[in-house]
Amino acid sequence: MTAAIEIGGLAKSFTLHNQGGVRLPVLAGFDLVVEPGECVALHGPSGIGKSTVLRCIYANYRADRGRILVRHRDGTVDMAATHPRRILAVRRETVGHVSQFLRAVPRVAAEDVVAETLRGRGADPEAATKAARRMLRRLNIPAALHRLAPATFSGGEQQRVNLARVFVADYPVLLLDEPTASLDRENRDVVFELIREAAGRGAAIVGIFHDAEVRDAVATRTVPLTAAREAA
Amino acid sequence: MAEDGYNFAYLDEQTKRMIRRAILKAVAIPGYQVPFGSREMPLPYGWGTGGIQVTASIIGRDDTLKVIDQGADDTVNAVSIRKFFARTAGVGTTERTEDATILQTRHRIPETPLGPGQILVYQVPIPEPLRWLEPREAETRKMHALEEYGVMHVRLYEDIARFGHIATSYDYPVRVNGRYLMRPSPIPKFDNPKMDRSPALQLFGAGREKRIYAIPPHTGVRSLDFDDHPFEVQKWEDVCALCGSGESFLDEIVTDDRGGRMFVCSDTDYCGRRREAGHTGPATRDPEGSGA
Amino acid sequence: MAVLQCNALQLRYTGMMPEAPPLLSARGVTKYYEGIPGCRNVSFEVWPGEVLGIVGESGSGKTTVLNCISARLEPTSGTVEYATRHDGPADIYRMSEPARRLLMRTDWGFVHQNPREGLRMGVSAGANIGERLMAVGARHYGNIRQAATDWLDKVEMDTGRMDDLPFTFSGGMQQRLQIARNLVTAPRIVFMDEPTGGLDVSVQARLLDLLRGLVSDLGLAAVIVTHDLAVARLLSHRLLVMRRGEVVESGLTDQVLDDPQHPYSQLLVSSVIHP
Repeated sequence: MTAAIEIGGLAKSFTLHNQGGVRLPVLAGFDLVVEPGECVALHGPSGIGKSTVLRCIYANYRADRGRILVRHRDGTVDMAATHPRRILAVRRETVGHVSQFLRAVPRVAAEDVVAETLRGRGADPEAATKAARRMLRRLNIPAALHRLAPATFSGGEQQRVNLARVFVADYPVLLLDEPTASLDRENRDVVFELIREAAGRGAAIVGIFHDAEVRDAVATRTVPLTAAREAA
Repeated sequence: MAEDGYNFAYLDEQTKRMIRRAILKAVAIPGYQVPFGSREMPLPYGWGTGGIQVTASIIGRDDTLKVIDQGADDTVNAVSIRKFFARTAGVGTTERTEDATILQTRHRIPETPLGPGQILVYQVPIPEPLRWLEPREAETRKMHALEEYGVMHVRLYEDIARFGHIATSYDYPVRVNGRYLMRPSPIPKFDNPKMDRSPALQLFGAGREKRIYAIPPHTGVRSLDFDDHPFEVQKWEDVCALCGSGESFLDEIVTDDRGGRMFVCSDTDYCGRRREAGHTGPATRDPEGSGA
Repeated sequence: MAVLQCNALQLRYTGMMPEAPPLLSARGVTKYYEGIPGCRNVSFEVWPGEVLGIVGESGSGKTTVLNCISARLEPTSGTVEYATRHDGPADIYRMSEPARRLLMRTDWGFVHQNPREGLRMGVSAGANIGERLMAVGARHYGNIRQAATDWLDKVEMDTGRMDDLPFTFSGGMQQRLQIARNLVTAPRIVFMDEPTGGLDVSVQARLLDLLRGLVSDLGLAAVIVTHDLAVARLLSHRLLVMRRGEVVESGLTDQVLDDPQHPYSQLLVSSVIHP
């Protein structure tokens, strides 16, 4: 497999046991191949399952059926079938995920939240902190905030910490869920730059970009999603 | 002669046999606490009932008994126990350490070195060295069985942390024969080295706690310590005011209500015999001195 | 970006790989109390460096499981195997008692919810930390004291209070002391029963961060029982959800919390109040 990601026949539904057992089909037979250096934009109306695709790749959602192959080290891992410890290894080394909201231990400084990514990959703590500060500065988080916990930050600042913690490492695969949603123009341009740089070094990127302008700026290809009921 | 109406040495022969069996087991496993069926004695607990039962079980008509309390032959506890055996066993008694075949003691080991054939019987209030940290008997027994003694050093650690040195000065814990952790009864740690490889047999009796343990002759007894805080005995700047000894364990005695005090040997036999031999101390050399 | 590799971390890293054998395996662990089931047929594995969370309401059997796998409560049936340093996997209830007790005070740690249960309240903070070292034969006062100082520092306590008794410390500090006391012998696995349970929220957060740092820096494996899903999310790699003595769901922590499958897990997750 030369592709970085190869999804075949992915199906995902949710059964709400505490709400009368309602079953909500979201994906039914979704296919996607992403080559290194590509930036694929998932496109479709809200609730169609764009985030679900990202989460299935990241494996915090469990697929009902299908395979989700990710190039990891010298081989491939099926994120829909492998065991938890390998998923964690893939997340540590291969797949970076920018979620919509920052989730961090309360009271931990922003620079430590970001450096953690590198420390988890075996970096020297000092080098990790330096790199973290560099990335935070690049995302226009002033140095005065680096030692503060992000819980006190504004929405835009939190989102940039969230971006920094992923872009601080050279992940071969990036999953971006509305990475520029609450950013001003200046910071949005920084994110464009980061995405292009990542693609330039061969990262495979799958993203959800609500804003057409953003999509046009970074996406090399757009993949439309259709409702599972129709596709099924 | 023993008084009529008592069995020889007070205890009945069945009880003595039971206690002797416990003593034999204790001798066979140095430092191990052997449970025994402690009897009611005509003295309250804490007055040496354990020691008395051990002595009563081993004493014979030919034995000569010495009893000391805090080193002295003339204190209440020593006098009453000596009288008890004089009446119930009719044995000879002595205050001279080397003349005794059996010595029962509370809180001291005589200064005069013991010899082969002598038996030192200790009165023990609390036999279990691990009790301070572990209230459960089943657990302390297990700790002994598995030689889990490291925690004992926690106590010595606390001493050094608090006082800068190991401040425990009596009932100082020892390892017997490289195996069992043992409480030597509340003797000063000054006496600990006397237990090591002593040619005498040492027996320990705890009446209330119903335990007997022993150190057979010539058995190694090592006081616990740290590599960088080795075991040390007490030292005095003074010598005995009466006999001038600089090598014995000294008691501080307040002589008046104006702060007058002097140090004298706690071992009355040792001190008296040195004075008989012509030794003098500061108080005996200078009659104007403090209250001698 | 140049990433410096550190050997110890690299080791932990490979330790997380599936090729390394599990550190602890529970198989069919079942415990009945006088005929009443405490836990039933619980099976799982813990790998080196992995943090496993056990969540569920009180009475769900999570503490029973923790006690069973930490040699504190023999199960009615089932086995618990631990990968010993020298002799490989061994059934912890079949090894000799001295071996098991040695394991419990060297290779393992146990952090109680109430620090009073895990601390020796009558001796100083320093002695509490030094105890395990002395138990395995340390006999140099200066070295023991140095180790105690280092550990107070690691758990972010004032080293100047080393000679103070535990009751003079706050609950959060007592919990740190308990953690230091457990980690001083460099255990490979630590069992924790609601480690942040009795603490104020502000203290909880700092302790969580400390625990997370220690676990990852030392490459420790841990089994953490908690009823707090937020604690579970922040500390554990994998989760077991327990209900009425049985494991109803298990998986990666964020899988279980973001995409719960079992009705009970869904109820649990949907019942959490997000501030």
